[in-house]
Amino acid sequence: MFWRDYLIPRLLQYFLVIFLGITIVFFIPRLAPTNPVERTIAEVRSRGQYLDPAHIKDMVDALTEMYGLSGSWWEQYKDFWVRLSRGDFGVSFFQFPTPVIELIKRALPWTVGLLFTTTVLSWLFGNIVGGMAGYAHSRGWSKLLDFLAMFVRPIPYYVVALGLLILFGYVYRLFPIGGGATIGVRPSWTLAYIKDVLRHAFLPALSMVLLGGASWFQTSKLIVQNVKAEDFVQYAQLGGIRESRIMFRYIIRNAMLPQVTNLALSLGQILSGALITEIVFSYPGLGHLLYSAITTGDYNLIMGIISLSIVAITTLVLIVDLLYPLFDPRIRYK
Amino acid sequence: MKPSDVVLRTENLKAHYVLDVPGGQKVVRAVDGVELQIRRNEIYGIAGESGCGKSTLMKTLYAWVNRPLRLVEGSVFYSKDGQEFDVYALNKQELRRLRWTFMAYVPQGAMSIFNPVIKIKETYRDFLSSHLRGKTVEEMFEMAKEHIEQLGLPVSILEAYPHQLSGGMRQRVAIALAALLRPSVIFADEPTTALDVVVQRGVVQLLKDIQERLHNTIILVTHDMGIHANVTDRLCIMYAGRIIEEAATVEIFKNPLHPYTQFLINSLPQFGDTGERVSAPGQPPSLANLPSGCAFHPRCPQAMPICRERRPEDTKLGEHRVACWLHAERGEAEYAANS
Amino acid sequence: MALGSTLRDLFRDYRFVVAFIVLLFLVALAVISAFSPYDPTIWYYAPRDLKPSSQHILGTDSRGQDIFWQAAFAIRNSLIISIVAGLFSRLIAVAVGLVAGYQGGRTDRVLMFITDGFLVIPLFLILVMLAMLIRDKMNVFTTGLLLAVFGWAWDARVLRSQVLSLREREFTKTAILSGTPTLELVFKEYMPYITPLAFSTLINNMSWAIGMEMTLSIIGLTNMDIPTLGTNLKWALNYQAILMRRWNWILTPVVLSVLLFIALYWLSVSISEYLDPRTRVQRVGGE
Repeated sequence: MFWRDYLIPRLLQYFLVIFLGITIVFFIPRLAPTNPVERTIAEVRSRGQYLDPAHIKDMVDALTEMYGLSGSWWEQYKDFWVRLSRGDFGVSFFQFPTPVIELIKRALPWTVGLLFTTTVLSWLFGNIVGGMAGYAHSRGWSKLLDFLAMFVRPIPYYVVALGLLILFGYVYRLFPIGGGATIGVRPSWTLAYIKDVLRHAFLPALSMVLLGGASWFQTSKLIVQNVKAEDFVQYAQLGGIRESRIMFRYIIRNAMLPQVTNLALSLGQILSGALITEIVFSYPGLGHLLYSAITTGDYNLIMGIISLSIVAITTLVLIVDLLYPLFDPRIRYK
Repeated sequence: MKPSDVVLRTENLKAHYVLDVPGGQKVVRAVDGVELQIRRNEIYGIAGESGCGKSTLMKTLYAWVNRPLRLVEGSVFYSKDGQEFDVYALNKQELRRLRWTFMAYVPQGAMSIFNPVIKIKETYRDFLSSHLRGKTVEEMFEMAKEHIEQLGLPVSILEAYPHQLSGGMRQRVAIALAALLRPSVIFADEPTTALDVVVQRGVVQLLKDIQERLHNTIILVTHDMGIHANVTDRLCIMYAGRIIEEAATVEIFKNPLHPYTQFLINSLPQFGDTGERVSAPGQPPSLANLPSGCAFHPRCPQAMPICRERRPEDTKLGEHRVACWLHAERGEAEYAANS
Repeated sequence: MALGSTLRDLFRDYRFVVAFIVLLFLVALAVISAFSPYDPTIWYYAPRDLKPSSQHILGTDSRGQDIFWQAAFAIRNSLIISIVAGLFSRLIAVAVGLVAGYQGGRTDRVLMFITDGFLVIPLFLILVMLAMLIRDKMNVFTTGLLLAVFGWAWDARVLRSQVLSLREREFTKTAILSGTPTLELVFKEYMPYITPLAFSTLINNMSWAIGMEMTLSIIGLTNMDIPTLGTNLKWALNYQAILMRRWNWILTPVVLSVLLFIALYWLSVSISEYLDPRTRVQRVGGE
């Protein structure tokens, strides 16, 4: 049955992955050879500040409390989950005393806006163009696109991002070289502001759509080429069914199925690309925030961002996976 | 045979697979000079071992020639409403409209011929809407329902997805679909292969029912001589891309002339006969590298020197024709006596 | 399979030829790093910010280091990291794939559950945390090992399905019925099928590892004293090489890594096309 064979195992996996992910995030700093408190103090020292021993003792206590490192591991672990469920990750160290959740809330819309749009755009763009290229795979333009994708596909995100930045930010100054909006302009729902945001988002979005699109293009082209050779497509052609109908209901419908699964799988890996994009373009999203947290050794902020991202990404993957049976009756009705 | 009885006629039909291989081309002569005349209101059988070119012949007759298969020579004529036309002279649109309304096809291996993500009724709808104008979706579903009922299949299959149907049921749906628009010619390629015997009977019966109802032509390909004996009116035997014998089915079984046909028939089990069943020795030849002369001569127990050198032409003995040197003289003599 | 005829077939593909030549060039670059006139960790070995000259082919950077020799070391270290990561993750993937595919049943379900977990979980974030805590203790070898732990899951699945199909083949049944020990069956009969597949996933995984190392470097999560393609790029970015228009500095690691990635990708595409003409595109291992 659908429930027993598909839904329940999938939900089980979802909760288990979140549980394990968060647990790992909890234990990694505690198992590491240096604990965050020592590291923070070492960092403060390395900036050349003199600290007298009494002051150090105070600092150690304060930091231990702040990082939730007091008490036994079990108590800390329980406490970690309780705080997580309340969305409380303590206060940030590098923007003391702003609560971590506050910083995340500020950065989240930028990342979601950029990531969501580019993911959807590159998926759609890659699948549509790839589908057409797969349908007409013996045509010249299809072969040309295939050849171009062979070049674009293996290039890593940051190279494309850097290349676009150098070309359109420095050599031809068509687009701003960083930020989410012009500094000092107040956010508002005016046309001017929206245009400003779009102008800033253009290069980072282009870099991601270009690469993501090339990869979706290749898989989609291959899948459509294979589906086109399937018996049921041949049969529809044999039966004189209209070409447009064969294209959409027979080929594209079926070729989309593996691409839905692939979308779910790629969502899990999406942040590594976004992180680089945000760093290269100084985009004020979660990736950039994480970068700042890493460079300043802000553990609470790092744990907050990572825990939330794990929950968010696994949930997204789950949603895509749960949507899959809507498209595939073979899963729905066993 | 009156010319007006003929629905399908070929002239020296040749269709080869041309494959690119390192260092040149390889040519597989799957259909190599086929002459056929198929009549209205009959079930015409094509028999032969696998790899003799039966399925390719069917595709070529249906004008379904895709690379690497190529029509090399000859033509296929259909007659529709008293008019004869060359099917290869039609353009893509005309050919599309001809399919399913005038001629329909039941492909080999019905397991995977239905779109797995739509219900059977949607497949019906796609066929109907592509060939009929001005019907609403409801009307088309209604037509599908009536059609299924008439053929004695359960109506519930319309609401099913392909993977929910058994192999035999899928095969029957494929046959039913072919009859949907009352075509004049139905091609059925190995419709009983891969089905168990009980299911085979149901499928064969369905084919017969459809022919009786529509009074059309069904061209049935199968390697199973038992089914030919049960179903077909006339029968041809194919060997290495050519037709080596053709006659009324009863005549072929009673009086097989070609040694190869004799092997095919003798290999069938019969009631009361306890003798050993003998089939043709050796393997069918590779269509890419045919023996000289008569392609059957390396396997033929009655081979003569001439069989190695020259290919036998058709010998006509009334309605019975055979391409074999054993019968060539007799045919010539009869021909001389009659004229 | 005769190696000679395989290679002849592969060399008919222009992509294989291009990839082979580029890789040969990069490996040569890595090899000559052994003859470098100086230790790559020394700062101010040469005057800073020199333009390319006969003395310093690609000029020097703001740390007073020769860009050419830095690049040679970077290619060498990045290749070592990717080979370590590739080989160790192949070990895990082959072991998991073989055991899951051959044993089936509960073992298979448990192993695949773990594998799927690795596929679904945002591994990169966990990698980030780990790298952050141990970056100072990392060397080329441990970086490779760390990446290996994260890059095996997808290929374990691929190998498992290959084993599953082998298990259904006639020769497996014959071997079992004639009492061949499991280990002998797996190593003697299955390895010839598994090896080419593992090799083609190895190349994909190597380029994934190089890319991951560069990503981690750019965030600043690797040991910056070890020259790799990633740290080279990171130093250039740190010194604002783009703003200063020091193209010889920033473009060296960029061009080299683009060459490397395209070469590895083309190599893998042409090999996997040779192995199975239907799967023309493969996903990059652990991507």
